[in-house]
Amino acid sequence: MIVLNDVTYKYDDSRRAALDNVSLRIERGDWISIVGANGSGKSTLVKLLMGILETYEGDVSINGIKVTEENTRALHKNFSIVLQNPDNQFVGATVEDDVAFSLENLEVPREEMLEIVDTVLQEVGMLEYKKHEPSRLSGGQKQRIAIASALATDPDVLILDEATSMLDPQGRRDVLKLVQAVHKKRKTTIIYVTHDLTEVFRSDAVIVMNQGQVRLKGSVDTIYSNPHILEENNLVLPFEIKISTALLNQSIMSYAKLVRKL
Amino acid sequence: MLSKVLIGRYIPGDSVIHALDPRSKILLTVLFMVIVFLANSWATYITLILFVLIVTKVAGLSIRFLFDGLKLILVLFIFTFLMHVFLTKGGTVLVDGGFFTIESEGIITGIFITLRLTLLVVVTTILTLTTSPIELTHGLERMFQPLKRIGFPVSEVAMMMSISLRFIPTLMDETEKIIKAQSARGSSFRMGGLKERFQALLSIFIPLFVSAFKRAEELAVAMDVRGYNVKGKRTSYRLLEWKSSDTIAIIIMILLAALLFGLRAIGL
Ligand SMILES: Nc1ncnc2c1ncn2[C@@H]1O[C@H](COP(=O)(O)OP(=O)(O)OP(=O)(O)O)[C@@H](O)[C@H]1O
Ligand SMILES: [Mg+2]
Repeated sequence: MIVLNDVTYKYDDSRRAALDNVSLRIERGDWISIVGANGSGKSTLVKLLMGILETYEGDVSINGIKVTEENTRALHKNFSIVLQNPDNQFVGATVEDDVAFSLENLEVPREEMLEIVDTVLQEVGMLEYKKHEPSRLSGGQKQRIAIASALATDPDVLILDEATSMLDPQGRRDVLKLVQAVHKKRKTTIIYVTHDLTEVFRSDAVIVMNQGQVRLKGSVDTIYSNPHILEENNLVLPFEIKISTALLNQSIMSYAKLVRKL
Repeated sequence: MLSKVLIGRYIPGDSVIHALDPRSKILLTVLFMVIVFLANSWATYITLILFVLIVTKVAGLSIRFLFDGLKLILVLFIFTFLMHVFLTKGGTVLVDGGFFTIESEGIITGIFITLRLTLLVVVTTILTLTTSPIELTHGLERMFQPLKRIGFPVSEVAMMMSISLRFIPTLMDETEKIIKAQSARGSSFRMGGLKERFQALLSIFIPLFVSAFKRAEELAVAMDVRGYNVKGKRTSYRLLEWKSSDTIAIIIMILLAALLFGLRAIGL
């Protein structure tokens, strides 16, 4: 469980707060989506959750323990992240080296590493690409490797910061499907940052951010049925969702229910 | 054009040479370079050429392919050859052009030095063709391990090398994209006066640098959140294993050196 209490953060060189009195509660095993326009503070929130922001106001606690400068590394050890640009997070020279990178840093013995690398590559369906170099992979494949690398340390929390935004439709679908599979199988807490509102339908809760503040927090249905609030925060509900909510309003089924049915 | 350069490229394979430990391959290459300087006659050069041809075959590389790769540095070879032809004197005068002469010693030295250069280039190419950059980096890291004791940041330099190697293709792609985008806007560094060309170059380099810095920043975050700590201890996924084949390869190289000494001793 992650709890944020009135967290405010300013970058050194800026006047405006990138995070403005943010309070949140993320339960273990939940899938939380964070949506917001460019510059709304999503990535800053992610950095905070990863424990790489220093000197913020307010407090953050993980499983009931308050995060301090001393314990931050230990508390965030079970957090993994997948970033937006598949190229800029590929550290290893080949797929297997990249997956092993975090394990090497954790001083995992080699025999264990060999096993873990194969297991996670299998899980993301990329085992046959083990020896490949990143330049020979598609964007979607690179992101699947990034997910494999993130899973290698068997994280409790998996954060994806616009992990699909640079991919083609096929790549997006593959990555989203994979995240769903991981969530289901490992019961990992998922924090899914996106500005594509069609991607949030699986989440237990959606958080709408703007100007560093949390503007709306609720279920997928709540979000979808408040298009005006979304618009106030520079977000637009995709057309297909507008249609389906309009249709659903005629019937008794909720959007979440419909998705579960499909 | 650039894709034809062979030095520095790696071609995966499963030959004995590919399977050698990178440390032994680096050592063998250095030994061979020393041995090349022992050659001073037809017999010694022919021995070395035969040796390299055998190694090429064993490595599963095609000789034609290797020679195609050499074509790009042909100018360098021709230049070396001509320099010796014109500057080295001795033997019988073959051509007397008044202000210059070509003498037999000159031709022979020219051939020998060019052969020496070719041999050096070819073995280095074989090294990189059969050893992946990551293995090379890893091998070098291990070989220079003792330098850690005098405070040289061996692991950090190795990490830097491996990341640079990893980003070369990415940045090449990016350069290509920028060039395309800029020429679509009508900018070309092949045409126009010096000033226009310079501006066109800037229009490629500036976006490239900006993006490289942005990448570096993101990569630093990615490495940080994945627990990389410059001062921290790490285990290694890659295993370097000195096998009997490595010892045998070194012995073969020493025998080759002995053979060359022998040939020189009997005056061949
Ligand atoms: N390293 C930084 N230094 C200074 N200001 C920054 C830095 N990173 C972000 N900001 C500023 O903080 C605010 C929030 O940025 P953030 O990156 O968190 O937004 P975001 O929601 O992730 O946007 P995007 O959708 O573009 O990724 C913006 O005003 C941005 O300009
Ligand atoms: Mg962002």
